[in-house]
Amino acid sequence: MVWALGAVAVACGVAVFVVDSMARATFALLASFLCTGGLLMAAGLHYPGVLVILMMIMEMLVMAVFMVMYMMNPAGLMPMSMLHNRRGALAVAGTAFAAMVAGIVAVPWPERAGRPPDEPAVALGEAIMGSKMLVMMVIGVAILATMIATVVLAMKSGRYGDDA
Amino acid sequence: MAEVAVLGVLAVAAASLDALLGGRRWDAPLREAARLLTTARRATVRSDVPLMRTGVVVLPVAAAVAAAVVPVGGGVAAGVPVSVVWFNAMEVVAWAAVWLVGWGTNSAFALVGGYRFLAQGLAYELPHMFALVTAALAAHSLDFREIAAAQDGLWFGVWMPVGFAVYLVSALAMTFWGPFGHPVGDDVAGGAVLELSGADRLVFFAGRYGLLAVAAAASVPLFLGGGAGPVLPGWAWSVVKAAVVLALLVWARRRLPVLRMERFMTAAWTVLIPAVLLQMLVVGIVVV
Repeated sequence: MVWALGAVAVACGVAVFVVDSMARATFALLASFLCTGGLLMAAGLHYPGVLVILMMIMEMLVMAVFMVMYMMNPAGLMPMSMLHNRRGALAVAGTAFAAMVAGIVAVPWPERAGRPPDEPAVALGEAIMGSKMLVMMVIGVAILATMIATVVLAMKSGRYGDDA
Repeated sequence: MAEVAVLGVLAVAAASLDALLGGRRWDAPLREAARLLTTARRATVRSDVPLMRTGVVVLPVAAAVAAAVVPVGGGVAAGVPVSVVWFNAMEVVAWAAVWLVGWGTNSAFALVGGYRFLAQGLAYELPHMFALVTAALAAHSLDFREIAAAQDGLWFGVWMPVGFAVYLVSALAMTFWGPFGHPVGDDVAGGAVLELSGADRLVFFAGRYGLLAVAAAASVPLFLGGGAGPVLPGWAWSVVKAAVVLALLVWARRRLPVLRMERFMTAAWTVLIPAVLLQMLVVGIVVV
Protein backbone atom coordinates (compact mmCIF):
# COMPACT_ATOMS: atom_id res chain seq x y z
CA MET A 1 0.00 0.00 0.00
CA VAL A 2 2.71 2.44 1.05
CA TRP A 3 4.85 1.56 -1.95
CA ALA A 4 1.91 1.79 -4.34
CA LEU A 5 0.92 5.23 -3.02
CA GLY A 6 4.52 6.39 -3.22
CA ALA A 7 4.88 5.14 -6.79
CA VAL A 8 1.65 6.83 -7.88
CA ALA A 9 2.71 10.05 -6.14
CA VAL A 10 6.03 10.06 -8.01
CA ALA A 11 4.36 9.14 -11.32
CA CYS A 12 1.88 12.01 -10.95
CA GLY A 13 4.77 14.31 -10.03
CA VAL A 14 6.49 13.34 -13.27
CA ALA A 15 3.24 13.83 -15.17
CA VAL A 16 3.17 17.48 -14.06
CA PHE A 17 6.15 18.10 -16.34
CA VAL A 18 5.02 15.86 -19.17
CA VAL A 19 1.47 17.05 -19.83
CA ASP A 20 0.93 20.00 -22.13
CA SER A 21 -1.82 21.95 -20.42
CA MET A 22 -1.84 24.01 -17.24
CA ALA A 23 -5.10 22.45 -16.08
CA ARG A 24 -3.73 18.92 -16.48
CA ALA A 25 -0.49 19.85 -14.73
CA THR A 26 -2.47 21.30 -11.81
CA PHE A 27 -4.53 18.18 -11.36
CA ALA A 28 -1.56 15.86 -11.77
CA LEU A 29 0.08 17.79 -8.93
CA LEU A 30 -3.12 17.52 -6.90
CA ALA A 31 -3.19 13.73 -7.45
CA SER A 32 0.40 13.56 -6.26
CA PHE A 33 -0.48 15.51 -3.09
CA LEU A 34 -3.50 13.29 -2.44
CA CYS A 35 -1.21 10.25 -2.53
CA THR A 36 1.01 11.98 0.02
CA GLY A 37 -2.04 12.47 2.23
CA GLY A 38 -2.80 8.79 1.80
CA LEU A 39 0.77 7.96 2.86
CA LEU A 40 0.27 9.93 6.08
CA MET A 41 -2.95 8.03 6.74
CA ALA A 42 -1.22 4.72 6.04
CA ALA A 43 1.33 5.73 8.68
CA GLY A 44 -1.51 5.98 11.21
CA LEU A 45 -1.60 9.78 11.19
CA HIS A 46 -5.29 10.06 10.40
CA TYR A 47 -5.86 13.69 11.22
CA PRO A 48 -2.84 15.18 9.38
CA GLY A 49 -3.51 12.81 6.48
CA VAL A 50 -7.15 13.82 6.02
CA LEU A 51 -6.20 17.46 6.57
CA VAL A 52 -3.61 17.27 3.78
CA ILE A 53 -6.27 15.83 1.45
CA LEU A 54 -8.81 18.52 2.42
CA MET A 55 -6.41 21.45 2.22
CA MET A 56 -4.72 20.30 -0.98
CA ILE A 57 -7.99 19.98 -2.90
CA MET A 58 -9.06 23.49 -1.86
CA GLU A 59 -5.64 24.98 -2.39
CA MET A 60 -4.98 23.43 -5.80
CA LEU A 61 -8.41 24.48 -7.07
CA VAL A 62 -7.77 28.09 -6.07
CA MET A 63 -4.29 27.79 -7.55
CA ALA A 64 -5.71 26.43 -10.82
CA VAL A 65 -7.68 29.66 -11.20
CA PHE A 66 -4.60 31.81 -10.74
CA MET A 67 -2.30 29.62 -12.79
CA VAL A 68 -4.65 29.66 -15.74
CA MET A 69 -5.27 33.39 -15.25
CA TYR A 70 -1.60 34.34 -15.45
CA MET A 71 -0.72 32.18 -18.44
CA MET A 72 0.70 33.58 -21.63
CA ASN A 73 -2.37 32.74 -23.66
CA PRO A 74 -5.47 34.13 -21.98
CA ALA A 75 -7.71 31.10 -22.13
CA GLY A 76 -4.93 28.73 -21.17
CA LEU A 77 -6.21 26.23 -23.71
CA MET A 78 -3.14 26.31 -25.94
CA PRO A 79 -0.55 23.58 -25.46
CA MET A 80 2.22 24.62 -23.08
CA SER A 81 5.22 23.16 -21.35
CA MET A 82 6.22 23.26 -17.71
CA LEU A 83 9.89 22.93 -18.66
CA HIS A 84 11.90 26.15 -18.68
CA ASN A 85 15.63 26.78 -18.45
CA ARG A 86 16.29 23.05 -18.80
CA ARG A 87 20.01 23.04 -18.14
CA GLY A 88 19.89 25.25 -15.04
CA ALA A 89 16.88 23.43 -13.64
CA LEU A 90 18.55 20.08 -14.21
CA ALA A 91 21.67 21.22 -12.34
CA VAL A 92 19.69 22.61 -9.39
CA ALA A 93 17.39 19.58 -9.19
CA GLY A 94 20.29 17.13 -9.50
CA THR A 95 22.27 18.85 -6.76
CA ALA A 96 19.26 18.99 -4.44
CA PHE A 97 18.48 15.32 -5.08
CA ALA A 98 22.10 14.29 -4.44
CA ALA A 99 22.21 16.33 -1.23
CA MET A 100 19.01 14.78 0.09
CA VAL A 101 20.06 11.23 -0.77
CA ALA A 102 23.44 11.90 0.86
CA GLY A 103 21.55 13.12 3.93
CA ILE A 104 19.44 9.97 4.08
CA VAL A 105 22.49 7.74 3.82
CA ALA A 106 24.92 9.75 5.94
CA VAL A 107 22.77 10.84 8.89
CA PRO A 108 22.82 8.35 11.79
CA TRP A 109 19.09 7.79 12.27
CA PRO A 110 18.03 7.40 15.91
CA GLU A 111 16.51 4.15 17.08
CA ARG A 112 12.83 4.33 17.96
CA ALA A 113 12.38 5.03 21.67
CA GLY A 114 9.09 4.11 23.30
CA ARG A 115 5.81 3.34 21.55
CA PRO A 116 3.65 5.49 19.26
CA PRO A 117 1.16 7.60 21.23
CA ASP A 118 -2.54 6.77 21.32
CA GLU A 119 -3.49 10.14 19.91
CA PRO A 120 -0.90 11.05 17.25
CA ALA A 121 -2.68 14.34 16.42
CA VAL A 122 -2.56 15.50 20.05
CA ALA A 123 1.07 14.41 20.37
CA LEU A 124 1.96 16.23 17.16
CA GLY A 125 0.27 19.42 18.38
CA GLU A 126 2.07 19.21 21.71
CA ALA A 127 5.40 18.56 20.01
CA ILE A 128 5.05 21.48 17.61
CA MET A 129 3.48 24.06 19.91
CA GLY A 130 3.97 22.86 23.47
CA SER A 131 3.61 25.74 25.86
CA LYS A 132 2.89 28.14 22.97
CA MET A 133 -0.49 26.51 22.36
CA LEU A 134 -2.50 29.34 23.90
CA VAL A 135 -0.53 31.96 21.98
CA MET A 136 -1.09 30.05 18.74
CA MET A 137 -4.82 29.81 19.36
CA VAL A 138 -5.08 33.56 19.97
CA ILE A 139 -2.99 34.32 16.89
CA GLY A 140 -5.11 31.91 14.85
CA VAL A 141 -8.29 33.80 15.73
CA ALA A 142 -6.53 37.11 15.03
CA ILE A 143 -5.44 35.89 11.58
CA LEU A 144 -8.98 34.78 10.80
CA ALA A 145 -10.41 38.11 11.96
CA THR A 146 -7.89 39.86 9.71
CA MET A 147 -8.92 37.74 6.74
CA ILE A 148 -12.59 38.51 7.23
CA ALA A 149 -11.90 42.20 7.83
CA THR A 150 -9.79 42.35 4.66
CA VAL A 151 -12.55 40.83 2.57
CA VAL A 152 -15.16 43.11 4.09
CA LEU A 153 -12.99 46.18 3.45
CA ALA A 154 -12.22 45.07 -0.09
CA MET A 155 -15.86 44.71 -1.03
CA LYS A 156 -17.43 47.32 -3.21
CA SER A 157 -19.85 48.36 -0.52
CA GLY A 158 -17.03 48.49 2.03
CA ARG A 159 -14.40 51.06 2.76
CA TYR A 160 -14.65 53.22 -0.35
CA GLY A 161 -18.40 53.13 -0.89
CA ASP A 162 -20.29 52.46 -4.08
CA ASP A 163 -18.83 55.20 -6.28
CA ALA A 164 -15.15 54.69 -5.46
CA MET B 1 -21.62 -1.14 3.10
CA ALA B 2 -25.35 -1.28 3.84
CA GLU B 3 -25.09 2.28 5.19
CA VAL B 4 -23.82 3.55 1.83
CA ALA B 5 -26.62 1.71 -0.01
CA VAL B 6 -29.23 3.31 2.29
CA LEU B 7 -27.95 6.77 1.39
CA GLY B 8 -28.01 5.79 -2.29
CA VAL B 9 -31.71 4.90 -1.95
CA LEU B 10 -32.31 8.23 -0.21
CA ALA B 11 -30.62 10.03 -3.11
CA VAL B 12 -32.97 8.37 -5.62
CA ALA B 13 -35.92 9.24 -3.39
CA ALA B 14 -34.73 12.87 -3.36
CA ALA B 15 -34.74 12.92 -7.17
CA SER B 16 -38.28 11.51 -7.17
CA LEU B 17 -39.49 14.07 -4.64
CA ASP B 18 -37.95 16.85 -6.70
CA ALA B 19 -39.84 15.58 -9.76
CA LEU B 20 -43.10 15.42 -7.80
CA LEU B 21 -42.65 18.96 -6.46
CA GLY B 22 -41.95 20.08 -10.01
CA GLY B 23 -45.30 18.69 -11.17
CA ARG B 24 -43.97 15.58 -12.89
CA ARG B 25 -44.50 11.89 -12.12
CA TRP B 26 -42.45 10.26 -9.36
CA ASP B 27 -40.67 8.03 -11.85
CA ALA B 28 -39.56 10.90 -14.09
CA PRO B 29 -35.92 10.72 -12.87
CA LEU B 30 -35.78 6.99 -13.63
CA ARG B 31 -37.13 7.57 -17.14
CA GLU B 32 -34.64 10.39 -17.58
CA ALA B 33 -31.85 8.07 -16.43
CA ALA B 34 -32.89 5.42 -18.95
CA ARG B 35 -33.05 8.05 -21.68
CA LEU B 36 -29.59 9.41 -20.84
CA LEU B 37 -28.12 5.90 -20.79
CA THR B 38 -29.30 5.25 -24.33
CA THR B 39 -28.31 8.66 -25.71
CA ALA B 40 -25.09 9.10 -27.63
CA ARG B 41 -22.61 11.46 -25.99
CA ARG B 42 -22.17 14.87 -27.58
CA ALA B 43 -18.59 15.87 -28.23
CA THR B 44 -17.28 19.42 -28.19
CA VAL B 45 -14.38 20.68 -30.26
CA ARG B 46 -10.98 20.24 -28.62
CA SER B 47 -12.42 19.27 -25.26
CA ASP B 48 -10.11 17.88 -22.60
CA VAL B 49 -11.82 14.52 -22.32
CA PRO B 50 -9.71 12.98 -19.49
CA LEU B 51 -10.22 16.01 -17.24
CA MET B 52 -13.93 16.24 -18.05
CA ARG B 53 -14.47 12.51 -17.39
CA THR B 54 -12.52 12.78 -14.15
CA GLY B 55 -14.81 15.59 -13.02
CA VAL B 56 -17.89 13.54 -13.90
CA VAL B 57 -16.80 10.33 -12.18
CA VAL B 58 -15.28 11.89 -9.09
CA LEU B 59 -18.58 13.40 -7.89
CA PRO B 60 -20.53 10.16 -7.15
CA VAL B 61 -17.32 8.53 -5.89
CA ALA B 62 -16.83 11.37 -3.40
CA ALA B 63 -20.47 11.07 -2.30
CA ALA B 64 -20.09 7.33 -1.72
CA VAL B 65 -16.79 7.67 0.13
CA ALA B 66 -18.30 10.42 2.29
CA ALA B 67 -21.31 8.20 2.97
CA ALA B 68 -18.97 5.48 4.23
CA VAL B 69 -18.09 7.50 7.35
CA VAL B 70 -21.63 8.75 8.16
CA PRO B 71 -23.23 6.50 10.78
CA VAL B 72 -26.72 5.11 10.26
CA GLY B 73 -27.90 4.24 13.74
CA GLY B 74 -24.85 2.85 15.52
CA GLY B 75 -23.30 1.25 12.45
CA VAL B 76 -20.87 2.85 10.05
CA ALA B 77 -19.27 1.43 6.90
CA ALA B 78 -15.79 2.78 7.68
CA GLY B 79 -14.88 3.67 11.25
CA VAL B 80 -12.49 6.59 10.79
CA PRO B 81 -11.61 8.47 14.02
CA VAL B 82 -11.60 11.83 12.17
CA SER B 83 -14.73 11.20 10.12
CA VAL B 84 -15.96 14.81 10.27
CA VAL B 85 -12.81 16.06 8.52
CA TRP B 86 -13.01 13.20 6.03
CA PHE B 87 -16.64 14.09 5.25
CA ASN B 88 -15.68 17.72 4.67
CA ALA B 89 -12.74 16.74 2.44
CA MET B 90 -15.06 14.66 0.26
CA GLU B 91 -17.54 17.53 0.01
CA VAL B 92 -14.77 19.77 -1.28
CA VAL B 93 -14.14 17.26 -4.09
CA ALA B 94 -17.30 18.76 -5.63
CA TRP B 95 -15.28 21.94 -6.30
CA ALA B 96 -12.88 19.94 -8.41
CA ALA B 97 -15.71 18.07 -10.14
CA VAL B 98 -17.60 21.19 -11.19
CA TRP B 99 -14.51 23.08 -12.27
CA LEU B 100 -13.14 20.11 -14.23
CA VAL B 101 -16.43 19.61 -16.04
CA GLY B 102 -16.73 23.32 -16.75
CA TRP B 103 -13.17 23.53 -18.01
CA GLY B 104 -12.87 20.16 -19.73
CA THR B 105 -15.73 20.62 -22.19
CA ASN B 106 -14.07 23.69 -23.73
CA SER B 107 -17.24 25.74 -23.77
CA ALA B 108 -17.58 29.35 -22.63
CA PHE B 109 -20.75 29.11 -20.55
CA ALA B 110 -19.59 25.88 -18.96
CA LEU B 111 -16.33 27.58 -18.01
CA VAL B 112 -18.24 30.48 -16.42
CA GLY B 113 -20.26 27.97 -14.39
CA GLY B 114 -17.11 26.22 -13.22
CA TYR B 115 -15.47 29.44 -12.05
CA ARG B 116 -18.67 30.54 -10.32
CA PHE B 117 -18.58 27.44 -8.18
CA LEU B 118 -15.06 28.14 -6.97
CA ALA B 119 -16.10 31.60 -5.78
CA GLN B 120 -19.15 30.08 -4.14
CA GLY B 121 -17.11 27.33 -2.55
CA LEU B 122 -14.66 29.76 -1.00
CA ALA B 123 -17.47 31.80 0.54
CA TYR B 124 -19.25 28.76 1.96
CA GLU B 125 -16.48 26.42 2.98
CA LEU B 126 -15.54 28.58 5.99
CA PRO B 127 -19.04 28.82 7.52
CA HIS B 128 -19.55 25.13 6.73
CA MET B 129 -16.30 24.18 8.41
CA PHE B 130 -17.09 26.25 11.49
CA ALA B 131 -20.56 24.70 11.75
CA LEU B 132 -18.93 21.26 11.71
CA VAL B 133 -16.31 22.36 14.22
CA THR B 134 -19.00 23.75 16.54
CA ALA B 135 -20.61 20.32 16.87
CA ALA B 136 -17.22 18.64 17.16
CA LEU B 137 -16.15 21.11 19.86
CA ALA B 138 -19.20 20.37 21.99
CA ALA B 139 -18.57 16.63 21.76
CA HIS B 140 -14.76 16.87 22.12
CA SER B 141 -14.41 14.59 19.10
CA LEU B 142 -14.10 14.58 15.33
CA ASP B 143 -15.86 11.22 15.13
CA PHE B 144 -19.51 11.28 13.97
CA ARG B 145 -20.35 8.40 16.30
CA GLU B 146 -18.99 10.15 19.38
CA ILE B 147 -20.67 13.41 18.39
CA ALA B 148 -23.99 11.57 18.10
CA ALA B 149 -23.41 9.85 21.44
CA ALA B 150 -22.60 13.18 23.14
CA GLN B 151 -26.15 14.45 22.46
CA ASP B 152 -27.67 12.39 25.23
CA GLY B 153 -30.98 14.06 26.04
CA LEU B 154 -30.45 17.41 24.32
CA TRP B 155 -29.84 17.60 20.58
CA PHE B 156 -27.10 19.96 19.39
CA GLY B 157 -29.60 21.37 16.89
CA VAL B 158 -31.68 22.63 19.82
CA TRP B 159 -29.02 24.44 21.85
CA MET B 160 -26.86 25.55 18.91
CA PRO B 161 -29.54 26.56 16.38
CA VAL B 162 -27.28 29.04 14.57
CA GLY B 163 -24.71 26.32 13.91
CA PHE B 164 -27.43 24.01 12.59
CA ALA B 165 -28.93 26.70 10.35
CA VAL B 166 -25.53 27.66 8.94
CA TYR B 167 -24.79 23.99 8.33
CA LEU B 168 -27.99 23.55 6.32
CA VAL B 169 -27.46 26.74 4.27
CA SER B 170 -23.84 25.93 3.52
CA ALA B 171 -24.71 22.29 2.74
CA LEU B 172 -27.07 23.58 0.04
CA ALA B 173 -24.25 25.76 -1.28
CA MET B 174 -21.64 22.97 -1.21
CA THR B 175 -23.91 20.81 -3.36
CA PHE B 176 -24.80 23.79 -5.63
CA TRP B 177 -28.44 23.03 -5.02
CA GLY B 178 -31.55 25.21 -5.17
CA PRO B 179 -30.88 28.85 -4.26
CA PHE B 180 -27.17 28.18 -4.71
CA GLY B 181 -27.50 26.60 -8.14
CA HIS B 182 -25.78 29.58 -9.79
CA PRO B 183 -22.90 27.45 -11.21
CA VAL B 184 -25.48 25.49 -13.23
CA GLY B 185 -27.82 28.48 -13.60
CA ASP B 186 -30.17 29.13 -16.49
CA ASP B 187 -28.59 32.53 -17.11
CA VAL B 188 -25.52 30.74 -18.47
CA ALA B 189 -27.55 28.12 -20.34
CA GLY B 190 -26.99 25.47 -17.68
CA GLY B 191 -23.47 26.51 -16.72
CA ALA B 192 -20.86 23.90 -15.87
CA VAL B 193 -22.99 20.98 -17.05
CA LEU B 194 -24.07 22.62 -20.31
CA GLU B 195 -22.17 20.24 -22.58
CA LEU B 196 -22.62 17.06 -20.54
CA SER B 197 -24.79 14.51 -22.30
CA GLY B 198 -25.68 10.85 -22.13
CA ALA B 199 -24.11 8.73 -19.41
CA ASP B 200 -21.82 11.60 -18.35
CA ARG B 201 -24.80 13.77 -17.46
CA LEU B 202 -26.49 10.94 -15.60
CA VAL B 203 -23.42 10.11 -13.51
CA PHE B 204 -22.79 13.76 -12.67
CA PHE B 205 -26.33 14.49 -11.51
CA ALA B 206 -26.56 11.19 -9.65
CA GLY B 207 -23.42 12.30 -7.84
CA ARG B 208 -25.01 15.60 -6.92
CA TYR B 209 -28.10 13.88 -5.48
CA GLY B 210 -25.75 11.54 -3.63
CA LEU B 211 -23.85 14.47 -2.14
CA LEU B 212 -27.13 16.12 -1.13
CA ALA B 213 -28.29 12.90 0.57
CA VAL B 214 -24.96 12.54 2.39
CA ALA B 215 -25.07 16.17 3.58
CA ALA B 216 -28.60 15.59 4.92
CA ALA B 217 -27.58 12.31 6.56
CA ALA B 218 -24.53 13.91 8.20
CA SER B 219 -26.74 16.51 9.89
CA VAL B 220 -28.34 13.67 11.90
CA PRO B 221 -25.27 12.68 13.96
CA LEU B 222 -24.07 16.30 13.99
CA PHE B 223 -27.18 18.12 15.21
CA LEU B 224 -30.17 15.76 15.52
CA GLY B 225 -29.02 13.25 18.12
CA GLY B 226 -28.00 10.46 15.73
CA GLY B 227 -30.12 7.31 16.03
CA ALA B 228 -31.64 8.28 19.40
CA GLY B 229 -35.42 8.04 19.66
CA PRO B 230 -38.23 6.03 21.20
CA VAL B 231 -39.65 2.66 20.03
CA LEU B 232 -37.90 2.36 16.66
CA PRO B 233 -34.34 0.96 16.39
CA GLY B 234 -31.43 3.35 15.93
CA TRP B 235 -30.94 2.87 12.21
CA ALA B 236 -34.61 3.55 11.53
CA TRP B 237 -34.48 6.86 13.41
CA SER B 238 -31.35 7.85 11.52
CA VAL B 239 -33.04 7.16 8.19
CA VAL B 240 -36.25 8.97 9.20
CA LYS B 241 -34.35 12.07 10.38
CA ALA B 242 -32.12 12.09 7.32
CA ALA B 243 -35.16 11.73 5.05
CA VAL B 244 -36.88 14.69 6.73
CA VAL B 245 -33.80 16.93 6.36
CA LEU B 246 -33.34 15.78 2.77
CA ALA B 247 -36.98 16.52 1.97
CA LEU B 248 -36.50 20.00 3.44
CA LEU B 249 -33.44 20.61 1.23
CA VAL B 250 -35.26 19.37 -1.89
CA TRP B 251 -38.31 21.48 -1.04
CA ALA B 252 -36.08 24.56 -0.62
CA ARG B 253 -35.13 24.33 -4.29
CA ARG B 254 -38.74 24.75 -5.39
CA ARG B 255 -39.53 27.52 -2.91
CA LEU B 256 -36.46 29.75 -3.12
CA PRO B 257 -35.11 31.63 -6.14
CA VAL B 258 -31.55 31.12 -7.36
CA LEU B 259 -29.38 33.75 -5.70
CA ARG B 260 -26.74 35.75 -7.49
CA MET B 261 -23.50 34.60 -5.96
CA GLU B 262 -21.76 37.95 -5.72
CA ARG B 263 -24.70 39.31 -3.75
CA PHE B 264 -25.01 36.43 -1.38
CA MET B 265 -21.26 36.18 -0.93
CA THR B 266 -21.47 39.47 0.97
CA ALA B 267 -23.95 37.86 3.33
CA ALA B 268 -21.71 34.82 3.68
CA TRP B 269 -18.70 36.86 4.78
CA THR B 270 -20.46 39.51 6.87
CA VAL B 271 -23.32 37.51 8.43
CA LEU B 272 -22.79 33.75 8.28
CA ILE B 273 -19.15 33.59 9.40
CA PRO B 274 -19.49 36.04 12.33
CA ALA B 275 -22.76 34.37 13.38
CA VAL B 276 -21.28 30.89 13.41
CA LEU B 277 -18.14 32.17 15.18
CA LEU B 278 -20.31 33.67 17.92
CA GLN B 279 -22.15 30.37 18.15
CA MET B 280 -18.83 28.61 18.51
CA LEU B 281 -17.82 31.04 21.26
CA VAL B 282 -21.05 30.30 23.16
CA VAL B 283 -20.55 26.56 22.75
CA GLY B 284 -16.91 26.88 23.80
CA ILE B 285 -17.87 28.76 26.98
CA VAL B 286 -20.61 26.26 27.85
CA VAL B 287 -18.40 23.24 27.22
CA VAL B 288 -15.27 24.53 28.95
